Amino acid sequence: MANLEVKIHDLILKNPVMTASGTFGNGTEFDDFFDVNTLGGILLKGTTLHHREGNDYPRMAETPSGMLNAVGLQNKGIDYFCEHIYPKVKEYSTNVIVNVNGSTIEEYIELAARVNELNHIAAIELNISCPNVKQGGMAFGTSCPMAEQVTKAVRKVYHKTLIVKLSPNVTNIAEIAKGVEGQGANAVSLINTFLGMAVNAETRKPVLSTITGGLSGPAIKPIALRMVWQVAQAVKIPVIGMGGIASTSDALEFIIAGASAVQIGTANFIDPTLCVKIIEGINDYCERHKIKSISELIGSLQL
Amino acid sequence: MKKQVNDLLITDIRRLNHDNFLIELKSESPVGAIHPGQFVNVKAENTPSAFLRRPLSVHDINEDANTFSLLVKVVGEGTKKLSELKPGETLSVVYPLGNGFKMPSKGDRILLVGGGVGIAPMMHMARESVKNGAEVHILLGARSITDHILLDEFKQFGTIHITTDDGTLGTKGFVVNHAVLSANQSFDRIHCCGPEPMMKAVARKAREMNTECEVSLENMMACGFGVCLCCVTKTTEGNKCVCTEGPVFNINDLEWQI
Repeated sequence: MANLEVKIHDLILKNPVMTASGTFGNGTEFDDFFDVNTLGGILLKGTTLHHREGNDYPRMAETPSGMLNAVGLQNKGIDYFCEHIYPKVKEYSTNVIVNVNGSTIEEYIELAARVNELNHIAAIELNISCPNVKQGGMAFGTSCPMAEQVTKAVRKVYHKTLIVKLSPNVTNIAEIAKGVEGQGANAVSLINTFLGMAVNAETRKPVLSTITGGLSGPAIKPIALRMVWQVAQAVKIPVIGMGGIASTSDALEFIIAGASAVQIGTANFIDPTLCVKIIEGINDYCERHKIKSISELIGSLQL
Repeated sequence: MKKQVNDLLITDIRRLNHDNFLIELKSESPVGAIHPGQFVNVKAENTPSAFLRRPLSVHDINEDANTFSLLVKVVGEGTKKLSELKPGETLSVVYPLGNGFKMPSKGDRILLVGGGVGIAPMMHMARESVKNGAEVHILLGARSITDHILLDEFKQFGTIHITTDDGTLGTKGFVVNHAVLSANQSFDRIHCCGPEPMMKAVARKAREMNTECEVSLENMMACGFGVCLCCVTKTTEGNKCVCTEGPVFNINDLEWQI
């Protein structure tokens, strides 16, 4: 057994495999399929200050090697989270991370301060990249000054590991990564979904109720990999890579390109046990290549 | 039954007419634990165009052989690939998913309404309802005589009522035009599955008849087990996932304008 342990600031992950927010519910939905504690960490469904109904149906369109979603951060708000979800997830022995979203800086601050009080939440992932909400979300993640401003504000009230989740819908993602690093982010996770669209030619109508939505799945993997590589060159803080990972090889490619850990997202929908297979696959790879510790592999791209 | 993902052995695959077929799978867990109205999510093929799994109702179970069957209509590439599978091959299945129909008690008189491939969950429902001692009526609607399938199989479990759009078999018209769906009939419950306009029409009739009515929804879904939040329907308690809180809903809980 190779040493698969990685560090993301203060977090110790027993292996580099985590789940992407919005594809793993609150973890408990996977209890039938496998022991969630075998993961390096879990990212819970995006949480907001207040209850959100999300967008109207249809919220999903299948696209070649991927899918568009326009869920719109449906969740019951932080009060419900603290009362009903936290008591369950705090029993997990793996790292539990809350993905937080706001439509204003004040909302991000209030939410981060609330999560800061929850002892068993190891970190927050600051979502400044959701493409499916009318206010906030991606607006914070596509402007470097706004990304810096929200990171700086949350940093003041949140004292544990702060991960900022970046949007790929930008000209220069490395610049934004450097910006949030400068304001105290302890890690960056990337990428969130690409803004995309699907049209039904028969009816001449958009497939999604919101017209546009976020593209995920293997279709976006090469772009995600390129962005992870660029960001890893630009920052000193750990990079968490995601975007279309659907196999052990995909996960290894992100790690070699510079990711300290990876998140598995859309592929969980197709194989709910995939994360376990990837952890085993990474271990097999390390043994085959006589790699004693996964940390040797991070950013080991041979040029 | 715990949800599971498994490569299940195909024990039989049988074409029923021009576009429908039955696929029978050997289950890893006892099929008796599958509730009528539950569904499975299958991986039809590994091509870019069929990226997600395809949700399909459990059509029927065979407890002796520990198999369950799926009734599939060929509509696109994914279902066409499914129809080309052979006995002895395996199919990746996530199952069982969702909540099923409310089951009748002994002596209850119930009506099962199926339109098109929406008849799929009704065989299992009819079988288990008879086991419970209910009197079962089954109303099946299709476009034409050649679209009606499995009539003899349904007859084992109750009284059959038939409609065709073109009048080639049974009552001419839609299911709601059949006399069994009229105010002089008395049922304890109506269970319905089919295209949404048909289910809404049946729901309206059920209201007129002052009869409890359940419908099985077919919203597009990505995961099937409540994490993607894509398949939601509006209910009196807000958006709910069809995959985990349905697919069967009481019409009084839905925000349908009927």
